[in-house]
Amino acid sequence: MAESTAARPKAKSKGLDAARADEYRRWLREMMLIRRFEEKAGEAYSLGKIGGFCHLYIGQEAVAVGSLAALGPDDYITCSYREHGHALARGISARAVMAELFGKADGCSGGKGGSMHLFDASLGFLGGHGIVGGHIPLTTGMAFAAKYRNTAQVAVCYFGEAAVNNGAFHEALNMAALWKLPAIYLCENNRYGMGTALERASALYDISERACSYDMANEVVDGQDVLTMNAAMERAVQRARTEKHPTLLEVRTYRFMGHSMSDPIHGHYRTREEVEDQRKRDPITVWSHRLIEDGLMDEPAVRAMDKEVLEEVDDAYQFADQAADPDLKELYTDVYAGENSVNGE
Amino acid sequence: MAIITYRDALNQALREEMQRDDSVFLMGEEVGVYQGAYKVSRGLLDEFGPNRVVDTPITELGFAGVGVGAAMVGLRPVIEFMTWNFALLAVDQLVNSAAKMRYMSNGQVGVPAVFRGPGGAALQLAAQHSQAFESWYAHVPGLKVVMPATPADAKGLLKSAIRDDDPVVFIEGEMLYNLKGEVPEGEHIVPIGQADIKREGADVTLVCHSKSVSVTLKAAEQLAADGVNAEVVDLRTIRPLDRESVLSSVAKTHRCVVVEEGWPFAGIGAQVVDTIQREAFDELDAPILRVTGADVPMPYNKQLERAAKADPAKVVAAVNQVLYRE
Repeated sequence: MAESTAARPKAKSKGLDAARADEYRRWLREMMLIRRFEEKAGEAYSLGKIGGFCHLYIGQEAVAVGSLAALGPDDYITCSYREHGHALARGISARAVMAELFGKADGCSGGKGGSMHLFDASLGFLGGHGIVGGHIPLTTGMAFAAKYRNTAQVAVCYFGEAAVNNGAFHEALNMAALWKLPAIYLCENNRYGMGTALERASALYDISERACSYDMANEVVDGQDVLTMNAAMERAVQRARTEKHPTLLEVRTYRFMGHSMSDPIHGHYRTREEVEDQRKRDPITVWSHRLIEDGLMDEPAVRAMDKEVLEEVDDAYQFADQAADPDLKELYTDVYAGENSVNGE
Repeated sequence: MAIITYRDALNQALREEMQRDDSVFLMGEEVGVYQGAYKVSRGLLDEFGPNRVVDTPITELGFAGVGVGAAMVGLRPVIEFMTWNFALLAVDQLVNSAAKMRYMSNGQVGVPAVFRGPGGAALQLAAQHSQAFESWYAHVPGLKVVMPATPADAKGLLKSAIRDDDPVVFIEGEMLYNLKGEVPEGEHIVPIGQADIKREGADVTLVCHSKSVSVTLKAAEQLAADGVNAEVVDLRTIRPLDRESVLSSVAKTHRCVVVEEGWPFAGIGAQVVDTIQREAFDELDAPILRVTGADVPMPYNKQLERAAKADPAKVVAAVNQVLYRE
């Protein structure tokens, strides 16, 4: 069995900062929302209400929540196709995300993107992207634009560890470091690119070390601990915003579900024991226990929060289920700018 | 009107658009310090500085993606590929990112970028450096494909491409950079999507684009000496295709030959022929013929290379065939 991915937290941690209590509770709520949302999406998929590919984020919630909390409203974000959680944590409503999964007109991409292509430009959320590694240069371009215009924006790219073996990763990070761009490359190392374990795909085990090739700042982060994630991201954001220096964060996390809905939880490439062992460090339990230990929440409050989140997800499901399909004329809109958008035929 | 080269016409368009709009920048291999592999960007680094004339590593996928990303947040990048042969490494960014962003995002995110550089065969550059890829890009909804054949069109179309809100694949003729012609100074715009009649005639329509325009015009001269008056339609834009110009010419001549540099299979000519047979079947007095590059990788040897290319003699032979003269 592969070694446990997540660096264990230090034996004795400092007490939580009570001044940030509201924020800490919000993180828990966001993680719970993602978890419940994904469970519901899985259910809807089984019922045939969601089609195509559907990649759930269960197990990795602390990564999106902790890191996105460190960003400002004007920053740019791109993700891979496992991006429901990031979309929710960035503030796209559960209704708009669920409706998109259902392919409905009220979805955040009008039903034309689907699970893998969630967008909300007003939030700087510039897509889930379906080609492994393809969006890494795009994010570099957004960071280039921030530098070009001399703004304080940063651009953040979320991708899985399998993307680092792709040429796009290398090309993009080289340019970002060469040109000192305000970019953050956040590698969610969930140990498996589909069914291929990291050590079967990468000659180098520690992905963070790849940053050395580009003279780039880097850090290994425990992605199951939302506070650790947030602190590391704040350092990276600071480095990008003020020093205009990019960072590669290798965030060690774990996917509790299969690669997509068609992949069973463990399958041939990992054992049930391994998944169960990893589930012991469920980021939601880790964080709720921490909040309770430090007296920032109690058990009934956690349960009430979960109930509230379940209601929000149920509402999103009902909304998506009842929402209208896009009009058939939408087939031919937004291929090009402007009214008469079909150019080929 | 000033007579300048195709190369300098492109340079003028770049300079004027960069002066007009701060969001326009040029990025690519050797565009700055080296002054451009084909000197299209000569002088631009001095005028606009390294923030707007950006030399890149040899990393086509990477900098094409940087261009798409910068365009997604509102800049207007002009991404230069040293040649379109090298752009094969960047096809994922053009097809999967640039072409689809507006659609996938339900119109929220456009990509107002130009990807430009020379395409087609030059002289004895062999198989990997002598290719015409316009039909690859023209196949993709979301992209526009523009291919000027003259200096004036080069300037006017590049200015239109830079101002366009969609990704434009702008393929220059590698053999055309030294071609001279009259080019209007200052604001000279050629709209995307409009073909141009480069020579009027009544006996046969010759449809062509980019370098094949000069090949076809030479053929037309030879035909004229032989009493055949050919009309030469320069598509200028491959996508969107100006079907009306092609169809109205065919309605006049009733015969057509399509000339292109690229390979025959699934080429631009196939699309043109499809359009004509559907829209103007009853106008035709003969089957449409195509003159293309040979269906082989480009050989190095001079004789073999000549045999592989479309040339005026092949066009003349095809015209004689559609006129049933031989």
